[in-house]
Amino acid sequence: MTEQIIDEATDAATGTPARILEHPGAAVPRAFTQAELGWLPWLEPADEATLTERQHAGLVDRSRVKSDYFRLLVRDPDILRARTLTDKDIFYNASDGLPRAERELAAAATSRFNGCIFCASVHARFATHHSKRHDDVQRLLDEGVDAAQDAAWRAVIDAAVALAATPSRLEPAHLDALRDAGFGEQAISDVIHSAAFFNWANRLMLSLGEPEDAPPLP
Amino acid sequence: MTDIIDRLAGVRPGGSVDALRRHRPATRDNAQASYDALFTVIDETHASLAERAAVAQFVAALHADQVATAHYGVLTREAAGDRLADGIDRLAGAARTTGPYGDYPADGPLTRESVPGPRFAVDDEVRAALGDRLSAALEHAHLLVFRPRESSVAALARLADAGWSTDGIVTLSQLVSFLAFQLRVAAGLRLLTTEDAA
Repeated sequence: MTEQIIDEATDAATGTPARILEHPGAAVPRAFTQAELGWLPWLEPADEATLTERQHAGLVDRSRVKSDYFRLLVRDPDILRARTLTDKDIFYNASDGLPRAERELAAAATSRFNGCIFCASVHARFATHHSKRHDDVQRLLDEGVDAAQDAAWRAVIDAAVALAATPSRLEPAHLDALRDAGFGEQAISDVIHSAAFFNWANRLMLSLGEPEDAPPLP
Repeated sequence: MTDIIDRLAGVRPGGSVDALRRHRPATRDNAQASYDALFTVIDETHASLAERAAVAQFVAALHADQVATAHYGVLTREAAGDRLADGIDRLAGAARTTGPYGDYPADGPLTRESVPGPRFAVDDEVRAALGDRLSAALEHAHLLVFRPRESSVAALARLADAGWSTDGIVTLSQLVSFLAFQLRVAAGLRLLTTEDAA
């Protein structure tokens, strides 16, 4: 098939090719950690001074205008807005269903499995905050997703990791293990959503920039 | 009213999985709004519908999700014709593998967790047919689907060299990453739905 099958009318080859940003001196962490990390963009974030109303709406929270990550994503404001509202409901709407700690655990386990040091740092820290189980969380980071955990955390981590595989390896046995550990159907749906969401977040954080140790305070 | 995840997962209106989803209306509505922002109500300046549909069809096929592959295949056919959709099907068939895999940096302790695996590249004949932009987008999509931890400055530079703008790369990255979410929600709910029908 040598004849071009995507024609110019369907090929959006307009605009200036992207300018790539490099950070040769950055202290990029090489291991998983619960410490706070910075994040350096590999593409130019939007200029704060020229953001449109639609872009402000895309940021959802005004404070996010100070973040390079969100000012990069706000170049496509509509998907950023919908993504942010999805994220907030999956993780913060915890009046019933899966407790916050286990939502964060699913996010941390997914990030550990995919290899996103930045996302894992944030959500391991949150998992520790909500569960008060620093050592169990740290074992997930240090030894990986197969490290020893109690039955409930084992079931959450196993389901998250199975779902993170491509193609998904999630099976009815994973759902049964969650039920045996005392999670109801809404909580199981919440495990699925928390874990699935971090496959989205990990790929943005990993591909659009890199973490750095000891960030300067904003 | 059913939405795209209901259709992909086979959620039965009024069934228990439908009820689970409707108990989280913000999640349900914004998963759909995300789809619409990428595929329905779009600005094609930096990424055309044909490019978005073709990449989505490829990503769905890499996830071995037949329902989603058919859905996005229809989008490709409508936006760019049968030849492109058929070409993407063939390409995805050859590019399918299992992930995540990939190398960790050689100067750190995670090297022992490195998992080798294939690096997908479009060959010259296919590149001539698809054009540089779409070829580069498909190679990048394969990277994000299977070995996201190998993402790099060099990978973004290859997109820029093929003509992708910064805005276009952001949209492309969101699209592939969103599908990693949507297809997993559908896969998970499909399991619950199967039990629902039993």
